[in-house]
Parts: sequence; structure tokens; C-alpha cells
Amino acid sequence: MDAGSTVTARLGLDPAIVGQARALARRAGQPIVELARTHTTVSVERAVLRLAGLDGADDDGMPWVNRLADAVRETAGLEHGVALPAWDALLAGDYPDLAALARDAAAGKVKFRIPDGGDLDKARAAATHAVRGGIATIDTRRAQRDAMIRETSEPPKPWIYLIVATGDIYEDIPQAQAAAIQGADIIAVIRSTGQSLLDYVPEGATREGYAGTYATRENFRLMRAALDETSRELGRYVRLTNYASGLCMPEIASLAGLERLDMMLNDCMYGIIFRDINPRRTFIDQRFSRQVHARAGIIINTGEDNYLTTADAVDAAHTVIVSQLLNEYFGKEAGLSDGQLGLGHAFEINPEVPDSFLLELAHAQLVRELFPDAPLKYMPPTKHMTGNVFAGYLLDAFFNLCGMMTGQSILLVGMMTEGIHTPFLSDRDLALENVRYVRDAAGRLGDSFMPAPGSFIEQRAKEVLGEAVELLGRIGDEGLLTAIAAGTFGITRRPPDGGRGLDGVISQADGYFNPATEILEGTSPEGERR
Amino acid sequence: MTSQIIRPYGDTTGDGRVQVSFTLPVPFGTLAERARAEGAALQLAAKMGLEPAMVVHAKGMGPDFTFCIVYGRVSHLVDLSQVTVTEREFPMLSSPEINRRIRGALGRKLVVVGACIGTDAHTVGIDAILNVKGHAGEKGLEYYREMRIVNLGAQVDVADLVARSRAERADAVLVSQVVTQRDAHLSNAREMAAAFGAAGPGRPLLVVGGPRFDPSAAAALGVDKIFGKGTSPGEVASYLVHALAPERGGSAAAPDPVSADVPDPVSAAAHRVTAGGTA
Repeated sequence: MDAGSTVTARLGLDPAIVGQARALARRAGQPIVELARTHTTVSVERAVLRLAGLDGADDDGMPWVNRLADAVRETAGLEHGVALPAWDALLAGDYPDLAALARDAAAGKVKFRIPDGGDLDKARAAATHAVRGGIATIDTRRAQRDAMIRETSEPPKPWIYLIVATGDIYEDIPQAQAAAIQGADIIAVIRSTGQSLLDYVPEGATREGYAGTYATRENFRLMRAALDETSRELGRYVRLTNYASGLCMPEIASLAGLERLDMMLNDCMYGIIFRDINPRRTFIDQRFSRQVHARAGIIINTGEDNYLTTADAVDAAHTVIVSQLLNEYFGKEAGLSDGQLGLGHAFEINPEVPDSFLLELAHAQLVRELFPDAPLKYMPPTKHMTGNVFAGYLLDAFFNLCGMMTGQSILLVGMMTEGIHTPFLSDRDLALENVRYVRDAAGRLGDSFMPAPGSFIEQRAKEVLGEAVELLGRIGDEGLLTAIAAGTFGITRRPPDGGRGLDGVISQADGYFNPATEILEGTSPEGERR
Repeated sequence: MTSQIIRPYGDTTGDGRVQVSFTLPVPFGTLAERARAEGAALQLAAKMGLEPAMVVHAKGMGPDFTFCIVYGRVSHLVDLSQVTVTEREFPMLSSPEINRRIRGALGRKLVVVGACIGTDAHTVGIDAILNVKGHAGEKGLEYYREMRIVNLGAQVDVADLVARSRAERADAVLVSQVVTQRDAHLSNAREMAAAFGAAGPGRPLLVVGGPRFDPSAAAALGVDKIFGKGTSPGEVASYLVHALAPERGGSAAAPDPVSADVPDPVSAAAHRVTAGGTA
């Protein structure tokens, strides 16, 4: 991970304006953090159960965490959190484990209550002890990652990011290993279409998916083990990426920490804008998931590139900056370090726009300078890949060049067949040849790249920053939820009470208790052991 | 009129020259392996009708695969008189054109209500069509500025769907059925059509979609349109505009006359071209 900034200032940005932008992002984000601190969701509560070791599913494939959380919600409510009523019943019923309790609860045999007095203290202590076990596993996994990197090696930046997505984990594994051998530093397993809208996490190894593979704990484990094997063979640590997004964001984040995934797609607004998930649900889930990522040493990838696939990449350039500043504020508030903030952006300007490459350079350099210590994730062109694979190959080369010149940290490798089919073996090989050529030919061009003061590139960067400051001011005035409802991001309008998952949002009662949050925030009265 | 019999054009009329690239699952390591891989590529090229052919580039990809780029002369002839073009009943439109048509014809947003009805919990189909995220690189209907989308999600009751469609003043109702048992997708669609019929005149346009539907059975089910497997959001959007926002002077029921004589590149590309055999 980056140790200290090595980014050269090239744009002559005014530190006062940069500071103002951050202050405005904080002002816009604070009410959202307050919302997240005072609410919980069904998925946050299920994540607590997962961290406490509850795995598995009933005969219909419905996870026990869902069955138990639903049963608690029906009889005792979740306003006090799932932990107090669940561990109170666990102790009172003398159950051997949570799975046994969940089975009885699912059969309607358990009457949950909010304990008080001595029972409350006992339930608290037992729940904290159990969740601490899960957090300890996450700590162990983090230490294992560090050890694996020492044993193999840390690849130089930019890290090369490649995608696999067959739907079948046993087909994904050899593809991922082949991609790593071909040069990938990061493997992302695309999820099955629509998993983000499932309000449960499927169980076990899966062999069928729609245009992707289900994110399950077992799939995570299998792929990480396979990539460990390949990392050792190559003497280079190959990172694994998945998606902590959608309705089960907190649970997936927890499973990622438990199975040592290395990076997770985790944007503050993606699910709201592109999946029509309720804004409140998303922000509450997101804060918890980021606390887990922070603990697990996972790098998050944010999804600003997506805005540019719907909105115009020139007109909406400042919305990317605004979203990055918000993602940074929310991320740091949840405990993530700069080195864990894989803020996203993309090379999506219409190549027919005059000076399009200069505009891309200006945007990419602006992001680099605004976030000098963040492992920025730079996404290749998709919107203007027309099916002319030859022209697309050229466009990808310019993307690679822009990425090298502006010191981007993570390069998602562009495929000339983008939008036509999932990449052929040869598409991937040609794409990597493109990256290698640009890296070998011009990898150090950044050392000599200094836009002249007052040049088009410098002016454009300042213009975008100015527009971002203005928009952040407006968002702060009217409120982020209102801005989202008005279609500020990705042109889609999402009202605060619309979208999926609102019924899973619960206002915390006095005495709400979440052992995971207490441990992750370091406020657990039983003491922090990390 | 030019000849009805043509060949691909490299740099001379009738030279038949084409370029293809492919990967073979053979190693490209030792000299013997390389010779074998190139020989295999030439054999494939010959079987594809490329003769003579030349492997201009071959490269090993990992230990087990070889990538080849081949130029050659095809022996096939194309008979233009045998090319048949299947036209859709509606032209494919670009998103700005779709927005423009809605503005022009309706003067307000086109309202689309979508749902999975019955017990089907698989929203993958309706979401691929409606969500901004879309499908296969194409944005969903939410992307269109002039459409207002109400996605009711899964397991929606037909009565609720009818009521909500009325409340939203829906122009069109989109229903997806992905996973159903014992032909429930058919009875669900009929039930929905009957419910909208019973709700009185001025029903919205009824569109159903899913992998198990027969696209030609719309009338039998009492709906206006059926989309099968592999439908893109742009196709649905183009159909909705064709049916609900006719070009000024056109009629909603008749096929759009504009597309027949104006060589609009968007709709031209959308025609399915099928080759009528080779010589």
C-alpha cells in the first residue's frame, strides 16, 4: 500500500479550494452518518449473526441468519438489535449453538424478548464474546494476507485488474488462475445479475448464475485458496475482488473479511442509483460494511465510473469528483485509511469530442492530485466501444497511456470486444499485450508530464473542481437525500422513501446493542484487543 | 444494377480476401509444436473455405493455446438475390430519438409500470429491462429521460398491478415471467389481460416477456406484445414508442412508414439479415 504521497502536483490546484471541497463534502455527509448511527437494518443484524458464527441454510436454501433475524423481528422486534433477544434466548433455552436456536426459532418455537437486569448483562457478554470470535478471525485473515505478500511479493502499481464471470465457480477458478498467469494482479469475480436485489446471501458452491457467479462464502473460500496457490507459483500476490453491494452489503462484507478477500466494490450511492435500492437502507448498510472492511484491511472500490456510462462524461465530470469526496468522507468516518480508498473513475469521453484525450488527462490528473494516497481505480472505455474492435483497441491504448501518465493505481483492463461478448481468451491476451506495450514504452512518461501553467489541461481541471465545489455546496444546502431524489447523480431520480429494502430499515431504540459495531468502533466495554 | 453475385473485396474486385482470427487449444512452444499449430490453423482455414490462406501471426497464450491471425481467399460466392431481410414490425430507435418521439407525441412522460406477477420471484428479467443498469451494455428504460418507470418488483398480485397501473396512469404495463411451473406463465398472463379488460376501457398497453413465451402468441394471451429470450431494453423502448408515441401524422396501429423509405442507419442496423445459402 502507498506509504506517503509521491504524487507530483501538476495542476497548480489551490489548496484552499481543495480544503473547501472536503469541508463541503463533510457538511453534506454528516446528516447521513447521523442517520446510519441511529438506525439499523435487517442485513446489519444478520451480519452480526454471521460474525458470531451462524452459517448454513434451511432445506429451501434460506440462510439461518435470515430465519433467526426474521423470527426475532416478529416477536421482539429488531429495534434493540438482534443480539440481545437472540443471546437471551440462547442462554435461556440452553441451546448448544445459534444454529440450534435458529432451527427452533424458524419453527416458531421460540418467544424472544428484550432481557433486562442480570439477563441483559449476560446476553450482552455472551453476544460480545461470540462476535469477538468472528472479528478475531478477520484479524487473523488480515495477518495471513500480510504474510502471503511477504512470502510472495507485492506487484508494482498500476495493478492489472481482470474479470471472470462464468456463473460456475469451478469454471471461474481455472479462468482466474489463467488470467493471473497472463499478468493479472487482481481478479474480480462478477456476480450473478440481480444478486444485489436478493435479501439473503446464497449458500455453498454454486455452478449456475446469470452473467456472473453468486457471491457465497464457499465460493469466496474456493477462489481465494486457488489464487493463493497461483500466487505462490508466480511469486506475486494475486488479489481477489467481489461486490459488497446490494441488499446484503453488510453480510457480504463480513464474509469477505472472514475469507480474506482483498478488495470489494463498495460505493456509497451505486445501489441507490443503478439498482433502485432504498437510499436510507444503502447508507446504513454501507457504514457497517465499511467498518468491517476497515478492520479486514480490504480496499474498497467505489463506482463513480458508472455515472459516466449514463451521463455525459464531460458534462458530468464534476459529479464524479463530488461522489469521490463523499465516498472519501463516508469511508474515513467508518475507519478506512487513505490506502483503502480505491476511488473510481473512468475514461468515457466520446472520442469524437475535440481534445477528448486532453480532457481525459485533465480529469484523471485532477483525481490523482485530489486523492494522492488513494489506490485509484481507473476504468476503461465502455460506452464508446462500438463493436469496431480495431478502433476499440486503439481507444484502450489511449486509456492505458492516460492511466500511466497520471499514475493511476488500479487499471481495469479494457477489452476490445467490450459490449459484444464476455472476453475470449485471445481478447484478454491482446488486452494485456496492449497494457504491457504502453507500460514498457511510456510507463515513465509521467515523470516528464507537466502541463504548462494556464494550459488547456490545467484550466479544465480547475473548471471541474470549481463545478464540484459548487455542486457540493448545493447538496449541503438541500441535503444529500434530496439531491439524489432530484437526479443529481447518474441522471436517475431516487426518492428517500422509494426503492427496495426500505422495510428492512429499523430505527434504533434506547438501549440498542450491536456487539460488532462496539468492537469495530473500539467502544466495547469488554476492551479492544487489537 | 451491379452483379447479384459478389465476393469479399480486399484490394481488387473479386479477390475474395478476408481476415479471421481464432484460438486453437494447442501449444505453441517448440518448433515442432509451432509448425503443428500453424498447420492446424491452415487446415481450419481451408475447411472454412479460405484457400489459399496464410497464417500471418501466431502466438502462444499460456502453455496450452495458440492465437492465430489468418488472411485468405474465400471460395464462397454471395448471391444477393438470396438475401432475405426480416423486418421487425417496428424500427429500432436511438435513445435521443425515443425521447424526442415521446415529447412530440405525448407532451409528457410515458409511464411504464413493471412487475413480476404470480409466485415468480425472479426479477432478473424485468430489472434487466427497467433498471438504469440495463443489460449487455444497454441501459434500461429508466435511462430514458422521457419515461417514468414504476418497478413493482416480484410476486405482485394481479389486482394490485391493475390498481397501481390506474393510479400511476400507466401507458404500458410490462410483466416478466422467468421461472414458473406447469405453464403458470401462460395462465398468469391471461389472468392479467382479463383483469385489465374487466377494469374498463382505456387499458394500458400490455407487454409480457420471458424465456418461455412464444413471441407469436400475443393475441391468444390477450396481450399486445410478447418479448422472448434475449430482448434488449432498446427493443422494448422502440416498441413502446412505436405503439404509443407515433410519429406526427402516423398512426399507432400501422407499421411506421418512415422506416421503409428513409435509410436511417439505426433502424437499418437493426434489421436481421440472414444469408440465403452459399454457392
